[in-house]
Amino acid sequence: MTPSLFLVQLLSGLAHAVVLFLIASGLSLIFGVTRIVNFAHGSLYMLGAYLTYTLAACLPLGPVSFYGGVLLASGIVGIVGIVVEVVLLRRVYRAPDLYQLLLTFALVLVVADTVRLFWGTENIVGPSAPGLSGSVALFGQLFPTYDLALLAVGPLVAILLWALLHRTRWGVLVRAATQDREMAAVLGVNQSFLFTSVFALGAFLAGLGGALQVPRQALTNVMDTGILVEAFVVVVVGGMGSIPGAFLAAVLLGVIDAFGVVFLPNASLVLIFVVMAVVLIVRPHGLLGRPETAPRTTGGVVAAERSITVPWPAWVALLLVLTALPPLLPAFYLWVLVEILAFALFAASLHLLVGTGGMLSFGHAAAFGLGAYGAALLFRKALVPMPIAFLAAPAVAAAGALIIGFFCVRLSGIYFAMLTLAFAQIAYAAVHQWYAFTGGDNGLLGIWPPNWLGTPLRFYYLSLTAGAAGIGLLSLVVRSPFGLLLRAARDQARRAQAVGINVRRQQWVAFIVAGFFGGLAGAIFVFLKGSVFPSILDVQMDLAPLVMTLLGGVHSLAGAPLGAAVYKLLDTVVGRYTQYWQLVLGSFLILLVVAFPRGILGLVRGGSDE
Amino acid sequence: MHRRWLLRVVAFLWTVALVSPAAAQTPIKIGEINTYSGIAAPFTIPYRKAIEMAVDEVNARGGLLGRKVEVIFRDDRGNPAEAVQRAEELVSSQKVDLIAGTFLSNVALAVSDWAKRNKVLFVASEPLTSALTWSQGSPYVFRVRPNTYEQGVMLANRAARMKYLRWASIGPNYEYGKRAWQAFWSRLSALKPEARAVGEFWPPVGKIEAGPYVSAILDQHPDALFVSLFGSDWLAFVREARKRGLFQKMFVVGMLLGEPEYMNPLKAEVPEGMLVTGYPWYDIQTPAHKEFVEKIRRRTGKPPVEGSLVGYVTFLSIFQAIRQAGSTATDKLAAAFRGLQVQTPIGPIRFRPFDGQSTMGAWVGTTKYDPKRGVGVMVNWQYVPGEKVLPSRAEVERMRQHR
Repeated sequence: MTPSLFLVQLLSGLAHAVVLFLIASGLSLIFGVTRIVNFAHGSLYMLGAYLTYTLAACLPLGPVSFYGGVLLASGIVGIVGIVVEVVLLRRVYRAPDLYQLLLTFALVLVVADTVRLFWGTENIVGPSAPGLSGSVALFGQLFPTYDLALLAVGPLVAILLWALLHRTRWGVLVRAATQDREMAAVLGVNQSFLFTSVFALGAFLAGLGGALQVPRQALTNVMDTGILVEAFVVVVVGGMGSIPGAFLAAVLLGVIDAFGVVFLPNASLVLIFVVMAVVLIVRPHGLLGRPETAPRTTGGVVAAERSITVPWPAWVALLLVLTALPPLLPAFYLWVLVEILAFALFAASLHLLVGTGGMLSFGHAAAFGLGAYGAALLFRKALVPMPIAFLAAPAVAAAGALIIGFFCVRLSGIYFAMLTLAFAQIAYAAVHQWYAFTGGDNGLLGIWPPNWLGTPLRFYYLSLTAGAAGIGLLSLVVRSPFGLLLRAARDQARRAQAVGINVRRQQWVAFIVAGFFGGLAGAIFVFLKGSVFPSILDVQMDLAPLVMTLLGGVHSLAGAPLGAAVYKLLDTVVGRYTQYWQLVLGSFLILLVVAFPRGILGLVRGGSDE
Repeated sequence: MHRRWLLRVVAFLWTVALVSPAAAQTPIKIGEINTYSGIAAPFTIPYRKAIEMAVDEVNARGGLLGRKVEVIFRDDRGNPAEAVQRAEELVSSQKVDLIAGTFLSNVALAVSDWAKRNKVLFVASEPLTSALTWSQGSPYVFRVRPNTYEQGVMLANRAARMKYLRWASIGPNYEYGKRAWQAFWSRLSALKPEARAVGEFWPPVGKIEAGPYVSAILDQHPDALFVSLFGSDWLAFVREARKRGLFQKMFVVGMLLGEPEYMNPLKAEVPEGMLVTGYPWYDIQTPAHKEFVEKIRRRTGKPPVEGSLVGYVTFLSIFQAIRQAGSTATDKLAAAFRGLQVQTPIGPIRFRPFDGQSTMGAWVGTTKYDPKRGVGVMVNWQYVPGEKVLPSRAEVERMRQHR
């Protein structure tokens, strides 16, 4: 590498880092104070970009229109943040933390289709920044002046943020709440004002990040999801809630990305996740993060919530209906039922982690995908008969979970979640690029059950057997002494430790068990679809079981299958009738969350306690 | 008075006789699965409008086999598993007679595999992967658009006549990008053994941070660059490449980059002098094509893009196959598709009997900014029909054995 390339890559990486920092700092602030994992942050970024494009075209300011557009767009996004916080999020603050996550997930869907409605689906190349559209010669290469200007904006925003947090009363309150929210509340800090203002500031920063991308990137309907994952990686690597950490991590990741282009051109999919995994394994709270305060260590998700038990006659009745009804159903409904069964088991296996164990996982698709790929590879490459491949799939997934879990259970809270995501993404990159073995993104085809199992009805009964057995076994696990230890570790990690429970080991075992059943769900899925592709390991598949579990109700194992059924049915029906399925589905989810802030099963909270 | 009454009755009966066979029978149903949301939406929305136009036209002429034609659209969301579910729904619940569509290659492969197992005809319109008709081919799949291999060979044939020897490549880190470069480079190095490849760059699809890629390419000092970037990645790349002077320092060859879908968003920023495959609709002066352009304009208020042409040709082909088969039974339709001749706005095309690949070609030319229309256009173009670049039957059979 020539010295001039080194310097140019460094500068390019730093310019990228500025944008990453703007988005990540907002995300980090919001999480620090409100504990909301804001999936809609990428959507706010996208809104900022599209609004800037429109405003720059219609503001009557001549060449200054663009800059006016940037500020105005960021301001509007800040106001959108206020509306979202006041109208939606505030309604669910009393629910367990994760329900806000579900709400922000629904917002992602709604904003995506809103952008599509207003600005259309075509890719848009926005205006250049007037006065900064050229380039200057640096180290023998041309370098865009706009990127140089960004290099000034980044530190400027960082300094302003620092001053805001360290030199104003508001900043003191924000830092206090970040460190210990309950204590700040006890001391009489006006929480709702603090939450609203922090959310507004975070949204403003996301909007600004999007606005400043307009001269560098094309505007697309999918720019929200792309940036979201990157922003989370930056926040977690830096340490949740830490602004200097976000700055450091943005610089680190921006620069590593720029040099990766030169040294590891084939690793572009996975590089940042490998970096995140390494950082989290070495420093479990990110570079500059602090351990979360004690009571929330593991149980942040559902601690101190009473469980809801569905009476066994209800299960028996359901099983009877599912056994007796299908011969009367048309074939397509059978396929939908099998898909629901696969997702029900997938979500139920995640429930063992999230609900019983209090371990929020963003990477459970790894279990599903390893099961599916395990079965597919055994069936296609090792020519193992289908029933054996089907039964071996959970073992493959459990073996994967054994390794992934070993690293992950050393972490807790959002760090645990992001490390699971990193491993799922590494698995995704592996199957995506290992063309000779996994077929790469062309996938594996022809994974059909043999004829004696291949009719819709027979395959349905196989899936019902596997799904019911899986969920039944999971419920036994939850009720077993092991399940109780897991809950003890969730609710009172320190006390559990003090009475001699090896918390990490319990969690590790739970991770493996969840992986096992997730893999079984993957096996059902792969023989239903007949093919498998890396997309089975993507972020959508990571979030799907989580959304389903929360939708049904996180306090009971029964919530997972219920949520899976509701979500899949909604999705199937909505997808049939409208192009704007995201808008409709997202709105439904918002209504459901606002109506049932503890999940659908929360409605029957009056029911018996475990 | 009586005579007028009689005339009315006759006219009425005449109308009934014309309309009733179509009205009385169930329509012919075609299921159309495509990526109407997300990354491919900029390409599939105009495509869908052209299909709707083709269907309205055929119905205005009384439908096919005396029956109306109905298309049921479904969004696969860019996900193969979702696409398979939609195919299942269309066939077993909506009772469609065949499946058409798809954009992304992996979605197409999943649907094709499903169609093979369920013995359903699948007419793939937009996907480019060569595997679909060759290494993973099946008797139930037919594909309209010229595939990655064909387009790579077309570009290499032209590029080999030029002086450039040091080549670099940038493309999305997935099948399409890797295969595009492979097809181009193996052909180019066969024609020009002294050419050397000096660097390959594979940004993740849909997420390119273009600056570092441009600098790294410049640092290799290639004479020429092969680009297969997709959609918004290409737009972001152009911005950084312009600012960093890439287009002054090397010749650029781009797959699909001459299509209006890729050129129009760039407006005046389109790089000039690139060798590209694309669709110069503005310069194709045959009466049939001019009529097509006019119809699309009237219907959508915009000129056509590549997707409009592909959607329209796909459905003309399906209609022609149904007419020739005289039936919508899968086996008869598949038999009709083998060797099917179709008159399209760009002239006749044929579906090859042994692999189901159509002979629809592509236009190879050079890009130029057209200040009158405010967008980039292709000049000095030449239409390369599929026959000129497609492999022989023996080669296809070898690929099918090697899978």
